[in-house]
Amino acid sequence: MTIGDMVSILKARVLLGEDKLDTPVYTACCSDLMSDVLAFVDEKTVLITGLTNPHVIRTSEMLDLKCLVFVRGKVPNEEILEAADEQGLVVITTKATAFSACGMLYAEGLRGVPVPLEWNTEDK
Amino acid sequence: MDALIHNTYPVTARDYTSAGHASADIKRRLKQLGVGGDVLRRVAVASYEVELNLVIHSDGGELELQVFPDHVQLVSKDIGPGIPDLSLAMREGWSTANDEARSLGFGAGMGLPNMKRNADDFAIESEVGKGTAISMGFKLG
Repeated sequence: MTIGDMVSILKARVLLGEDKLDTPVYTACCSDLMSDVLAFVDEKTVLITGLTNPHVIRTSEMLDLKCLVFVRGKVPNEEILEAADEQGLVVITTKATAFSACGMLYAEGLRGVPVPLEWNTEDK
Repeated sequence: MDALIHNTYPVTARDYTSAGHASADIKRRLKQLGVGGDVLRRVAVASYEVELNLVIHSDGGELELQVFPDHVQLVSKDIGPGIPDLSLAMREGWSTANDEARSLGFGAGMGLPNMKRNADDFAIESEVGKGTAISMGFKLG
């Protein structure tokens, strides 16, 4: 699907990157823990989050993410949006909760970023 | 071998607002040199993690970037407080981050293991009361 398809599926508002809605997306990740995003995300993907502080943008910058989806109708402040704009990020916001947003996108074919995890056998 | 870039970034303890500025600059400079793809992403992630660690955990320190024709060297040095148990600190999920850091989305205990995973060479030395030094190397080409 494209970012534009995500906007339709999530009934989202486009905050930044109206001209990049035809960008294809294949995977997404959803987290409010930037530590985990930095540790597990290995590709240019979409981040679905309820966190609206500047570190979401910095994390996106370090990982070259394509698009940020803010859930529960959250809109980051101007300063944060400006930083996102400088990076050419597409930023959208949906009224859906994180759980529902993921479900709606998954139902339409979007998949999670592959995370190779193994159980640590020392931790029972 | 002379470094193509040699730059030092002071990092202030508990300055959560500026955290990430050094890493953003490091990424920009490497990109200008033509470094891209996987290596650029790994250096960016590791430098951001180490910079955040300096802000969250240290009493202040600095991040040093050196770029050579065949590798990138990142060194983080702080003035304390030092890590009492390094093997525990290297364990995924172990964290001593405060609530403020956690409210920003950090403190999942992934920082040090993630630096090690992203760097081609990783070394850490720490002494309680003195400080911590982390050195990471990334091969180019």
